[in-house]
Amino acid sequence: MIINHPLLGPCDAQEFTYLGDARLIDRPDGMAAGAEAAFFDYDYLRDNPAGLHRELWFHEQGDRSWLVVTRNTVTHEITNVELARDVARNSGRSA
Amino acid sequence: MRYSGFRVIKEALTGHKGWTPAWRDPQPKPKYDIIIIGGGGHGLATAYYLAKEFRQSNIAVIEKGWIGGGNVGRNTTIIRSNYMLDGNEPFYEFSLKLWEGLEQDFNYNAMVSQRGILNLIHSDAQRDAYIRRGNAMMLNGADAELLSAEQVRREYPFLNFNDARFPIKGGLAQRRGGTVRHDAVAWGYARGADSLGVDIIQNCEVTGFRIENGQCLGVETSRGFIGAGKVGVAVAGNSSRVMAQAGMRLPIESHVLQAFVSEGLKPVLPGVITFGAGHFYCSQSDKGGLVFGGDIDGYNSYAQRGNLAVVEDVIEGGMALFPGLGRVRLLRMWGGVMDMSMDGSPIIDRTHIDGLYFNGGWCYGGFKATPASGWCFAHLLTTDTPHPTAAAYRFDRFEKGRMIDEKGMGAQPNLH
Repeated sequence: MIINHPLLGPCDAQEFTYLGDARLIDRPDGMAAGAEAAFFDYDYLRDNPAGLHRELWFHEQGDRSWLVVTRNTVTHEITNVELARDVARNSGRSA
Repeated sequence: MRYSGFRVIKEALTGHKGWTPAWRDPQPKPKYDIIIIGGGGHGLATAYYLAKEFRQSNIAVIEKGWIGGGNVGRNTTIIRSNYMLDGNEPFYEFSLKLWEGLEQDFNYNAMVSQRGILNLIHSDAQRDAYIRRGNAMMLNGADAELLSAEQVRREYPFLNFNDARFPIKGGLAQRRGGTVRHDAVAWGYARGADSLGVDIIQNCEVTGFRIENGQCLGVETSRGFIGAGKVGVAVAGNSSRVMAQAGMRLPIESHVLQAFVSEGLKPVLPGVITFGAGHFYCSQSDKGGLVFGGDIDGYNSYAQRGNLAVVEDVIEGGMALFPGLGRVRLLRMWGGVMDMSMDGSPIIDRTHIDGLYFNGGWCYGGFKATPASGWCFAHLLTTDTPHPTAAAYRFDRFEKGRMIDEKGMGAQPNLH
């Protein structure tokens, strides 16, 4: 698979390591009420769709950036690649 | 119809006109007492033991394609019970004992071949780990034998003993491990279940569950609604998709695992060998092909094919251990969709919906578990209590911190 890095252009997926569902960006607040249940959900439960899946890939052997890759889990087709930093900022996660 | 040597001779003398189909092709009834979704090894074994051991009747197995077309036909056919943790080892040993009596039990030649499995040792730390594992196995009634490098060399002289990075320093053998003809497992269980009155309904896809007031009343299928007292789901690979129709999210990701077969060779590899340090394992089929595999591709996938990078990685591992492999042509390869659970161990449990039961999360160890998985799931469906050897395989173990993390990888399904 080729991942089209937003800054570096097309890179072999072998340069990356995979973390999983891009929802892992949305880490729950450990101090909030109901944090225990929220962390169980966050740590262990997955939607695991057959079709489009947004997932986190780490460019370990490249520029060490985190990407959010939208990929079809049935065909391996990649339709969108974003910097995880931008995704987190747009959702209000970081400055 | 029973198979026997006498029967084969009789049919040979009378033109083979007496053979009948091994199972029927029935129309679905409006309602069953128990419906099993998934006509793979685990689903068919569940139906067989429900009828035979737990004396249940009015059972159906529903399969979206044809029986044995899923993971039971897409694996590397190895059986073993060389696990370590308390929640696992008794279960897999129970499974191995069932394999040993399987063919006599269901009167079908599944080619159970106890040719032995050998985990190779490449470092002192690995030796310590395997000694501990061997002791855990023996404490649970399984067999284990520690071999020196010389003993390994006598049995497998062609392995690469002098590899600079991973020299072979010995091995942990389980002589009762081996291989089984995987398709025959599905066919044998199907035939056994059918002869006990189980309806095996193929080409019937489940499209939803009918759930009212927290009670599962049956399944919607491509061939109409079928009512059920209890529904058991055993669709490894597609567990998340099927259970999502009941509104459940699971601690499971689907990943693809590739396997390979070489051209047919004369007998070269007496047993199953595993190369844990490089992750490669290999056996030789009865037809002569070397059957081998390695790691999963490592990202969520429902494609029954993988990518070339993993092919290269597996073959590099194989070449490092078994240099002669470089002269062998690869015949074919395939990918199976694995139900990777968050701790690498399976789930056999009731759900929060009455009458709905779940069996899945086998990661890539589902084939060897087939008989015990079927038996324990049948026990759960009949009695509503877990079988003693599968008591740890509960949904709530993640919430309660009682994970069975055989490989110590934590909540990282792509690493198990």
